[in-house]
Amino acid sequence: MNAPAYNFAYLNEQTKRMIRRAILKAIAVPGYQVPFASREMPMPYGWGTGGVQVTAAVLTPEDTLKVIDQGADDTTNAVSIRKFFVKTAGVATTERTEEASVIQTRHRIPEAPLTEEQILVFQVPIPEPLRFLEPRETETRTMHALEEYGVMHVKLYEDIAQYGEIATTYAYPAKVADRYVFDPSPIPKFDNPKLDNCPALQLFGAGREKRIYAVPPYTKVKSLDFEDHPFEVQSWSEPCALCGSCHSFLDEIVMDDKGTRMFVCSDSDFCARQRGER
Amino acid sequence: MTALLSAQSVSKSYGARAGCMDVCFDLWPGEVLAIVGESGSGKTTLLRCLSGHLPASSGKVHYSMRDGRHVALDEMSEAERRLLMRTDWGFVHQDARDGLRMGVSAGANVGERMMAVGERHYGHIRATATDWLERVEIPEDRIDDSPWSYSGGMRQRLQIARNLVTSPRLVFMDEPTGGLDVSVQARLLDLIRGLVKRLDLAAIVVTHDLAVARLLSSRMMVMQQGRVIEQGLTDQILEDPQAPYTQLLVSSVLQV
Repeated sequence: MNAPAYNFAYLNEQTKRMIRRAILKAIAVPGYQVPFASREMPMPYGWGTGGVQVTAAVLTPEDTLKVIDQGADDTTNAVSIRKFFVKTAGVATTERTEEASVIQTRHRIPEAPLTEEQILVFQVPIPEPLRFLEPRETETRTMHALEEYGVMHVKLYEDIAQYGEIATTYAYPAKVADRYVFDPSPIPKFDNPKLDNCPALQLFGAGREKRIYAVPPYTKVKSLDFEDHPFEVQSWSEPCALCGSCHSFLDEIVMDDKGTRMFVCSDSDFCARQRGER
Repeated sequence: MTALLSAQSVSKSYGARAGCMDVCFDLWPGEVLAIVGESGSGKTTLLRCLSGHLPASSGKVHYSMRDGRHVALDEMSEAERRLLMRTDWGFVHQDARDGLRMGVSAGANVGERMMAVGERHYGHIRATATDWLERVEIPEDRIDDSPWSYSGGMRQRLQIARNLVTSPRLVFMDEPTGGLDVSVQARLLDLIRGLVKRLDLAAIVVTHDLAVARLLSSRMMVMQQGRVIEQGLTDQILEDPQAPYTQLLVSSVLQV
């Protein structure tokens, strides 16, 4: 049902070239936020307009697309973006991580290891990790240019002083290739170690903020921490209630109004596979 | 001995209006210089030019770095100037809210400069912050409180601690006691005087209050309409003012 009214993958070729140039620059300077002329997309800001534009720019007719939202393939955002590309690009889609060549994601990195053949596209709401500490964009750009990142640790210090530990659990700041501090989008810090030395190309698109940045394959990504308060990921006291996995990121699901709760994998594809193999 | 900071005919004009004109002086290590004058006389403009916050229209400001080099501020790279501002220099604002990071706790405010120069050990940062709060007479149990919950005097002392934690050699102060009541002013002046002496700090203090100049500084400059009209030892100027304006200034001080 490839509607002929659309160019392949919705955007016109000139726009895709512009975005690809930004992507190439982002890959050349890992972690640097490249401004780009973000387009108005047929969805509201905050629904992944940045990610969709990046996906549209890298997509080819031979690609197989997977879209996840909070780890799941069947949530509203994932379903509508997947349908968008089925309609405008006619590409094959999948829910299986290893079959996909392009994966657009919001809030998670899949549990299954990624390969060199894959591109992971993140939807980013606020690309600037320094934003909440320094509201002036002119100043944050200077801080990035001069590598003045001491203030990032002020935030972590404040966490430890208030809560006894680093209480930042998502959008946990990390340094790419020993140079730029970046915001890995609102993924849980559980996924931060997966960013490091990842074989897949990781692209980040922020539509409203008009920025693209990238972590090229096999690039060092180090989460910020203190020597005496090292970076740690979340852990759970119980395994996934559905598949029994002990090493995946779990969502808490409220079952009734009497306080019954259940912890299940947020990565729906991973959970289904685990159950199938048992 | 070489001058720590030397200004050579520093001028700053805002279009046709002059902020400050043709200011020359040398500041020696460990010396406190007061710049006094009425509102609008160009004190703050001069301070901002000296501290690199504002580019001078003409003239040069040289600073002697820790490694012995004399560098003109406008010839420094931006990176070098910013590093200088958060290590070797301090800047105490009149309104503590301009100098503090109000959104984070007192401890984080003091620790920020340490983290900015690469300290990555929470325990060390915490210990140093505690030590500095004690030195500026802030109770240890207020370390995790926001500066919003501090009184004006405490904020000002916190701002001083935040600036001094990297052991700077030069501190710029813009009306450090402005807006505080007199008893708090007296305590703060006492504290600043003690710290300056103990740490062998050089300081440039802008004030309209002759008592502040008298208590803190060894040398002073009097400014009027952007020009320095008299400079010399503080006691000498206050006891025996030569320029008519200085005489007026000295005689305007209320005697209780």
